[in-house]
Amino acid sequence: MRTILFLLQKEFKQIFRNRAILVMISVMPVVQLMVLPLAANYEVKNINLCVVDHDHSTTSQKLINKIISSGYFKLTGNAPSFHEAFPLMESDAADLILEVPQNFERNLVREDEQKLFVAVNAINGTKANLGGAYLGSIIRDYNREIRLDWNVPGRFNAAPVIDISSSNWFNPLLNYRVFMVPGILAILVTMIGGFLTALNIVKEKEVGTIEQINVTPLRKHHFILGKLIPFWVLGNVVFTLGLLVAWAIYGIVPVGNLIVLYVFVGVYLLAVLGFGLLVSTFCDTQQQAMFIMFFFMMIFILMGGLFTPIDSMPEWAKLISRFNPVSYLISVMRMVVLKGSDLHDVRVHLGIVALFAVVLNGWAVLNYKKTT
Amino acid sequence: MEAVVVNALSKTYGQGATRAVDNVSFAVSKGELFGLIGPDGAGKTSIFRMLTTVLLPDGGSAAVDGLDIVKDYKEIRNRVGYMPGKFSLYPDLSIEENLNFFATVFNTTVEENYDLIKDIYVQIEPFKKRRAGKLSGGMKQKLALCCALIHKPSVLFLDEPTTGVDPVSRKEFWEMLRRLKEQNITIVVSTPYMDEATLCDRIALIQNGKILSIDTPANVVASYPDTLYALRSEPMFALLQAVEHYPHTRNSYAFGEYMHASFTDGVGEDEVKNYLREQGIAAVEMKKTTPTIEDCFINKLKN
Repeated sequence: MRTILFLLQKEFKQIFRNRAILVMISVMPVVQLMVLPLAANYEVKNINLCVVDHDHSTTSQKLINKIISSGYFKLTGNAPSFHEAFPLMESDAADLILEVPQNFERNLVREDEQKLFVAVNAINGTKANLGGAYLGSIIRDYNREIRLDWNVPGRFNAAPVIDISSSNWFNPLLNYRVFMVPGILAILVTMIGGFLTALNIVKEKEVGTIEQINVTPLRKHHFILGKLIPFWVLGNVVFTLGLLVAWAIYGIVPVGNLIVLYVFVGVYLLAVLGFGLLVSTFCDTQQQAMFIMFFFMMIFILMGGLFTPIDSMPEWAKLISRFNPVSYLISVMRMVVLKGSDLHDVRVHLGIVALFAVVLNGWAVLNYKKTT
Repeated sequence: MEAVVVNALSKTYGQGATRAVDNVSFAVSKGELFGLIGPDGAGKTSIFRMLTTVLLPDGGSAAVDGLDIVKDYKEIRNRVGYMPGKFSLYPDLSIEENLNFFATVFNTTVEENYDLIKDIYVQIEPFKKRRAGKLSGGMKQKLALCCALIHKPSVLFLDEPTTGVDPVSRKEFWEMLRRLKEQNITIVVSTPYMDEATLCDRIALIQNGKILSIDTPANVVASYPDTLYALRSEPMFALLQAVEHYPHTRNSYAFGEYMHASFTDGVGEDEVKNYLREQGIAAVEMKKTTPTIEDCFINKLKN
């Protein structure tokens, strides 16, 4: 016990003497939480629209005005023909081309039917998808309006209409930040815990201090605990800092119990630290450790459900994300912060993460040798 | 009783491609100062790492303090002090903190064994708040020695403790080792410097993982088979070449401002001088000299 306390004392001394790490721990969560949720936004705005109006009628003018006034589109070009509009799309000046055919208004009145043409630049998939959908719904809406204007309704509505009204639960205003901040916080905790542990142990190898430690009677588990505990504490500090930032800047207060969050993060940190430890047992230099950690972090982050929902991934990707500890934390964070889930609701997640902790740490301890 | 017994110890690296330690056997008595003398890459560090239980041997066996290095590695770690060739204390901890740390790791305190390190520690004590990474080479060595001694080891392994240390500090360091020996601590030290060999009780000359000879420095010197001459002339290079091409030369090499050479039996000073005169080198200073460890080592390597 005395040995462990002394090891911890030594480890904390070293951490507090390392300026760069201290700055990373305190500044990284604050800055990332301030910048990322504001910058990373799913809403697509400023879609560049080019109009090819062959009709030049009041109806087509109204339609275009309606599209522009929605706020999502920016009219960047007016071309006399599609042929001349296309270079705009090629040079990225237009994301969408809307072509209104000749005699649009006349045919609409006469035949009660008309067609519009929309060309979408699909290089940026998200923008194209959403832009196309927005434009579609605006045109549908306009369609409904002119129907109301032109058809004098009879006493009874002839066509049966199903009207849908929806309400958004747990995030009524569809506030994007409420959804993003807990996810980013999860990534931060993972980065701090995983990277710091891996780099710290590999540093002892690189400097050669591990050589001196290995010839001492210091027990293997003492050494490992001496490494894990400080970073477990730091992970919790970063998490707390993140929660404070979320509250101070975005006004996000977890709906659920804070204890549930801390219990889960406590277990989760054990798993992440175990992962860092495991990576360190395979590496001899900090450079190697950094690259290996980065490789896994990229996969963890992109396949963790932070940006794209796991449910919409292909089956094989879903399978991989089941072995991704980050996905469990992101999911639990959202459950507790947005929905107010309690320990009973997250028990499966907790069990799986605990299993991760046992397996990763066990493997790391087996792989850490004092003798070569 | 023997403090260290090494029996046919072997270690190969890279699937047997390099035999770093090849069938090495020696024994070190209690309280002895034993030197492993050899050039870089001779296998000294590999032997040290096996004896301090951080490297597993491929063949043979060894015992430290009567304990087997493979079976009883845990107990050995309690009893030996190891100072690796590379400085391996925490550079971001101060002298004091490093010392306290290693004392705690060995389950002891600095006070308990202070008398053992006192002579050395007082020299670095004025800087005890300074971080180890900011110390000079000589001070680092002293601190490393303190840390290796803090648990009162029965056997001390020092791997090239004076490499990269200035001559004055080197002399001081060996003086410290001599005092430690008086406290009945067995010391096994390796060095590539031949002049330090004479300061050991016994030395093992080692090259390419093999031991060439084990004896006291005096005996090693006495066992030099030929009469050794020191020669000097201007220009030196012509002399070196001429002696090298002399058919009766056994060994010849530059040695400081002189060159050392030995010749086949029956060839004396006069014969050599005559030969050199024929070669156009007249002003030659030639005298008999006592072989040093280095001469013996070179002789052993050649034969």
